[in-house]
Amino acid sequence: MKSEAQLIFEVSQAGRRAYSQAPKPVAAEQLGKLPSALRRATKPLLPEVSELQVVRHYTNLSNKNFAIDKQFYPLGSCTMKYNPRGANRAAMLPGFLKRHPLAPASHSQGYLACLFDLQEFLKEVTGMKGVSLTPMAGAQGEFAGVAMIRAYHEARNDHERTEILVPEAAHGTNPATAVMCGYKVREVPVNADGDVDLEALKAACGPQTAGLMMTNPSTCGVFERQIEAIAKAVHQAGGLLYYDGANLNAILGKVRPGDMGFDVIHMNLHKTFATPHGGGGPGSGPVGVSERLKPFMPTPIVAKEGDNYRWLTDADLPQTIGQLSTFMGNAGVLLRAYYYAISLGREGMLRVGEYSSLAANYLLHRLQEVGYTAAYPQRRASHEFILTLAKEAKNFDVSAMDVAKRLLDYNMHAPTTYFPLLVPECLLIEPTETETKETLDEFVDAMAKILAEAKENPELVKGAPYSQPVRRLDDVRAARELNLVWRPAS
Amino acid sequence: MSNIPTELRYAKSHEWIRLEDDGTAYVGISEHAQDAMGDLVYVELPEVGDVFAASDETGVVESVKAASDIYAPVSGEIVAINEALADNPELVNQDCYGDGWLYRIKVTDKFELDELLSADEYSAEIDEEDED
Amino acid sequence: MPYIPHTPDDVQSMLSAIGVASIEDLFDEIPAHLKVAALDKLPDGLSEMEVTARMAARAKQDEGAVCFIGAGAYEHHIPAAVWEIATRGEYYTAYTPYQAEASQGTLQTIYEYQSMIAHLTAMDVSNASVYDGASGLAEAVLMALRANRKSKSYRVLMPTAVHPLYRRAAHDIVSNQGVSIEEVTFCQQRGITAVEALDAYAGEDYAALVIAQPNFFGSLEDVDALTDWAHSNNMLVIAVVNPTSLALLKPPGEWGEKGADIVVGEGQPLGVPLSSGGPYFGFMCCKQQHVRQMPGRIIGRTVDLDGKTGFALTLQAREQHIRRSKATSNICTNQGLAVTAATIYMSLLGADGLESVAGHCHANTNLLADKLCAIAGVKRRFSAVTFHEVVIELPKDASEVLAALAAKNILGGYSLAAGYGMSNAMLVCATEVRTVEEIEQYAAALAEVLA
Repeated sequence: MKSEAQLIFEVSQAGRRAYSQAPKPVAAEQLGKLPSALRRATKPLLPEVSELQVVRHYTNLSNKNFAIDKQFYPLGSCTMKYNPRGANRAAMLPGFLKRHPLAPASHSQGYLACLFDLQEFLKEVTGMKGVSLTPMAGAQGEFAGVAMIRAYHEARNDHERTEILVPEAAHGTNPATAVMCGYKVREVPVNADGDVDLEALKAACGPQTAGLMMTNPSTCGVFERQIEAIAKAVHQAGGLLYYDGANLNAILGKVRPGDMGFDVIHMNLHKTFATPHGGGGPGSGPVGVSERLKPFMPTPIVAKEGDNYRWLTDADLPQTIGQLSTFMGNAGVLLRAYYYAISLGREGMLRVGEYSSLAANYLLHRLQEVGYTAAYPQRRASHEFILTLAKEAKNFDVSAMDVAKRLLDYNMHAPTTYFPLLVPECLLIEPTETETKETLDEFVDAMAKILAEAKENPELVKGAPYSQPVRRLDDVRAARELNLVWRPAS
Repeated sequence: MSNIPTELRYAKSHEWIRLEDDGTAYVGISEHAQDAMGDLVYVELPEVGDVFAASDETGVVESVKAASDIYAPVSGEIVAINEALADNPELVNQDCYGDGWLYRIKVTDKFELDELLSADEYSAEIDEEDED
Repeated sequence: MPYIPHTPDDVQSMLSAIGVASIEDLFDEIPAHLKVAALDKLPDGLSEMEVTARMAARAKQDEGAVCFIGAGAYEHHIPAAVWEIATRGEYYTAYTPYQAEASQGTLQTIYEYQSMIAHLTAMDVSNASVYDGASGLAEAVLMALRANRKSKSYRVLMPTAVHPLYRRAAHDIVSNQGVSIEEVTFCQQRGITAVEALDAYAGEDYAALVIAQPNFFGSLEDVDALTDWAHSNNMLVIAVVNPTSLALLKPPGEWGEKGADIVVGEGQPLGVPLSSGGPYFGFMCCKQQHVRQMPGRIIGRTVDLDGKTGFALTLQAREQHIRRSKATSNICTNQGLAVTAATIYMSLLGADGLESVAGHCHANTNLLADKLCAIAGVKRRFSAVTFHEVVIELPKDASEVLAALAAKNILGGYSLAAGYGMSNAMLVCATEVRTVEEIEQYAAALAEVLA
């Protein structure tokens, strides 16, 4: 399957289309009221293909993808666990699928019941007092969280809080979000053990501190051991604590962010709650809050009064930070997360953190055995851990990127590369709790082979992958000669 | 070893500056900087007539893996920009001290150049950075 | 344990390899008092059979009504092939295409999507989508502020004829950065934004003017005059459009002398079901010169080491994971799966099919309006021509009327009370899926309710 890529436009023929897919055109008179000055003069350039051509084209394209359904995906920080098929079927039941977002509450009780239950479930697993399901992605959840912190300080008439503290290892969305909320970012260093430098943090806290954004376990793949001291330092300075829930999978069922002192958290349902990644989205990023931030939660939220469910709006939450989407978030994703949550229930939730950490620690141990270098060898892995290939880069000129690409030839997706930025040549590896021990062992074997190749035949690794529909792509050309839209040859 | 011409002055943020006889100066980024960035795909330059103070952000150099700000090494007014970079940003990689110049600035206060680093001082700076 | 495959032997084997006695030992770095004992308030886990039965019962509760609501989400026929293909595991469970060689399926699909949307809107470039139409409008406002170098004011002009929920979300998102959105009211009689009303702002510094076509009332704005006015006043034009309508209406790239600068809108009508409000996707396009200011992921075409065509994420240096605090936005995700569905939908329909759908929506809504306005006391509220939605004025409170209709399993429309204080008015919509019988039943039911 190595033939040159062909676009759907390139297999089009003038006059062809899937005739059963649209009603016959209306008579021209029926469009008579539309002023000609506002009418489209030329047809848009869309494909002209038969239904079979469409099905074949996109089915063949799909075959060019890696996917959890096919391969192991040890992407750190992404939590690529199995996406339950039952969740998909349940979310696409006609009653949910055909329901208009503005349908009255009288015709939405079933849907609202699912959302309410999910809100309550998430409160319990996170130890937070309020939950809003509306943010449409992790980054939007972060935005909501920081916006709530802002609203909180403004409600207290404290206008001196201009800074958000962010550990230097943080995911890029953290500082980007802080800026989107009108704050300046101050970075706090991380020490050689992977923990935030507590003394530097204390020095950075003051009356200008609006809050601190953190992940725990951190982006270094280790548990922030001084979390209580950190919380105390920030709270004493009058700031609030924001928890980036990207790594919630590591502690689900073991520790609750609410108990660690966080004031607001966001969750990534497309990570922790197994909703599908869909080639880049959609996600969902609900926020959980402590008591003092409840008045500011983004709307709408579901409330239960007796047996009746209804939406809470501005009238109920006059201090809300408002709405982040047209309607109420990624409903279909929420239903899938709800399915997952109640499938697992209490015992299931208690096991997620345990088994994801077991798999990660197992891999950490075995990969070191076969010769790789851990970034924090003296620490326990959380649900993920970091290897550094700085030595291999220096000795054999084989980089983390090269190893990642070569793994594709072993039919496994690469781990996360070059994140966090502060560990050179790093691979961030997260197996999740849904992979068998055999798969984990196969991964170790492949990694061992690649390490041997790096020593004996580095050029082989540097030229990888060889087995995919394309070899390595020219990124520089893609950015310099921007070709973002197909146009016919003139 | 990075090429660091001795007749130029350098900012810690990796810009170089060359004062001309007419009181204007050419500004670019050092070889160390262009090497760290990798192949440039785009250069965002200021506009002729823009006025900056030393250390102000004047533009961005963008590669596939990073986008770095370019800071004004001294205060002044932009009198010319290198238009060739619009279509050929790789000139910065190929000849960062010559054809890859970024802009020409009319220097407000020549003494600001004294506050910048000499070639030796800049060399020591980047050696320190590499050790981190 | 659902989805966890480890047998006791597996567990023992792994623990031995690690060198610990129990799983609990792996958590020895965590202070003991932080560890949760049990999650008592959670229910017991359920089997697939039980979960499905519960959700099926709840879904059934919400079934059965006929929908005449538009207001930003539209019920269209979605060909069976669309979601059969989109939910293939290779699309459904694929990750973001950071490793391009392993993701050519997703990447080429999104490149084709970008191409189709660019052609539909007649714009130079498109990104890989943002979350939805409303947040897209917020991003467009922020983008206009970056792109319009001549403007220093940090404010934009927003007609109140733009969807109230869009205006709300845009405000709630951008106000955190000190951006102010100033509203321009619509002509009460026509239901569109009069160019004369803009004269009050002529010569003032605003970064952009937002133009919705059709606007929230379904009415058609004079987009050429509005666009030219904005450009002559050094403002960028942000177009908010409905993709189905673009099969019939002049695309924003051709508005006025110079065309719109940034285009956003809700992509849901292109093959995404109503699904209770999401996930949808926001499309976003712009002129070539502004492409580096556009947020979100973008796919570009390039070649590999052997010279073969391939596709990859490009311009990533502007995004949060590289540029961090100076990124164009904090956005990470695009709505990959929804975009995949839209691409298949547009391929199946083509320009002719989409035009047909659009024509039927326009005709059906006109039919609906005629039938409803034949009832005494019911009339069209505004005089401007409409596309596939129209505001109907009733002789009594619209919310009451809608509740009475809902009791008959007809979701008649959307009240304009909350957004505009027009408590007797409702926005109705009849797409190509509504039959003549359903429209007649609605009219009969309304006559009953009003009698």
